Amino acid sequence: MDKVMSNKKIIALYVLPSLLLILAIVYIPIVLTGYYGLNEWNGIGSMKFIGFDNYSALIKDHLFWSSAGHSLLLAVFSALSLIVYLVIAMVLSAKLKGANLFRKIYLIPMLLSSVAIAQLWLKILHPTNGILNSILESLGVDNPPAWLAEPNLVLFALFIPILWQYAGFYILIYYAALKNIPTSLEEAAKIDGATSLQIAYKIKLPLAMEVIKVTIVLAVVGSLKYFDLIYVMTDGGPNGSSEVMASYMYHQAFKSYDFGYGSAIGFFLLIICLVATWVIRKLTASKDTIQYS
Amino acid sequence: MMSGTAGQLKGGSVKTRSGAAGKIGYVVLYIILIAVAVFQLFPLVWLLFFSLKNNQEVFNLPPLSLPTHPHWENYKKVWSAGNIDVYFLNSVWITIVATVLTVVLGSLVTYAITRMKWKGSNLVLGLFMVAMMIPVHSTLIPLFSMFNKIHLIDHPLSLILSYVAFNMPITIMILLGFYYALPKEVEEAAVLDGCSVNQMFFRIVLPMTSSVLATTGIINMIYNWNEFIFVNTFISSDKFKTLTVGVQNFIGQYTTDWGAIGATLMISILPILIAFLFLSDRIVEGIAAGSVKG
Repeated sequence: MDKVMSNKKIIALYVLPSLLLILAIVYIPIVLTGYYGLNEWNGIGSMKFIGFDNYSALIKDHLFWSSAGHSLLLAVFSALSLIVYLVIAMVLSAKLKGANLFRKIYLIPMLLSSVAIAQLWLKILHPTNGILNSILESLGVDNPPAWLAEPNLVLFALFIPILWQYAGFYILIYYAALKNIPTSLEEAAKIDGATSLQIAYKIKLPLAMEVIKVTIVLAVVGSLKYFDLIYVMTDGGPNGSSEVMASYMYHQAFKSYDFGYGSAIGFFLLIICLVATWVIRKLTASKDTIQYS
Repeated sequence: MMSGTAGQLKGGSVKTRSGAAGKIGYVVLYIILIAVAVFQLFPLVWLLFFSLKNNQEVFNLPPLSLPTHPHWENYKKVWSAGNIDVYFLNSVWITIVATVLTVVLGSLVTYAITRMKWKGSNLVLGLFMVAMMIPVHSTLIPLFSMFNKIHLIDHPLSLILSYVAFNMPITIMILLGFYYALPKEVEEAAVLDGCSVNQMFFRIVLPMTSSVLATTGIINMIYNWNEFIFVNTFISSDKFKTLTVGVQNFIGQYTTDWGAIGATLMISILPILIAFLFLSDRIVEGIAAGSVKG
């Protein structure tokens, strides 16, 4: 048995294709991104090594910092919206008839491509013919805003389709986690006279904590690398007011042909995502121990 | 009645009060759930409506009015005027090839990691798991120049390789738990009968994991079907574009014809909606399984 199961040739045959692929498509590019960032390069001609110039320029680039700020703002919105999703999942898991159907309906937007979602919401948010402003006008709002054209509103307006797209996904995860909690715990608490709110707060919430941590990481890191929807809906506009890190990188590399600077942004994005993952894990881990102690 | 009596037997008033409050509570809960459902479905219903209207109807009739004479010609127009059929077929075959490759290669790796004995299996597993945290965007520029060097820019293989690599970690992650739970006895018996590892994997293990293969397959299909940034960056000629990018460019030509835009969008999302109608349980299960990464 052991001899058969430690056949080196077979192991190599099974593992190497995928391993080489992931090294070539994920790991080598990551190293190269860091290296390209040290060069001045238009993507076609020869590279010129310039050391950390791109990175120091990046640190002084207020456009980059504003795009990073926008990404961060979206991450905060996303993390906050998790509370709403959790409440809805709690409601759904309260042994309601039709919970399954609701859960499926909620999930539908998640299955559609970001491009289709972006195009649809461009129409919904259209200043004169969009459904949102038609509704607002019929409710007596005189001059509803041109959502995506207002620098102060555009990020909030973009967050509506993001909410719409991911609601079902997070509700589904929370619902699955809550359903995994043994009903005996809830029943025992009920007999002891606990109210539904107490059960939700004192029993369900702590037991779903592991999953909640995962979703915080998913939501924050997901928002930091948000791209498709913003690229299609505003392309970073008006006047850079909805530019995020990934779209800024894309513009620098594939529109301004500054591949070195684009790579520096890409490398920064990688570091930020990894650090964010690590920090959130640390933070949520310490919270957890406080709760159980 | 029954619960009323039971409540009274257990010392009543508390029970009945919570029953009445419970009813109001349930109504409130349903109102919340229905409000969310309306928010999730309403944009799609509106899309369907305006895809069947002409511009005059879109702009002059109340937005929620049903199309009086459904303009099915919107659909005919966009299907025959652009390359939607080409994009559609590209999406289908690229999605299928990438999905099958990911699931088969992922199964082989997971099998070697969970069932076979070798040094470094943990390290390899770690490499796959860490890759899950790496943002696609950070690899985009080097991938572009690498594919450019080996003449894979504007070639579907660049998409397939990228899809397989980036979906491999989540696929392995879902498969792992399943493989760990497979009973060892089956393999032991097979080895005693003189089965080779290959026979064991393809004839015994793969069929045993068919349900989780379906789950990972569905996750992969949804990701691949909707992928945007790789197609947008790597592919330039119309004959290789997939639906997401094709739709995006196509709509650019119809910025003012809302009916045509609506029809194009409906065509691009219809396959997913139909699949959802038939496979919703599997899809829900697949997404739930895929989400527990991290």
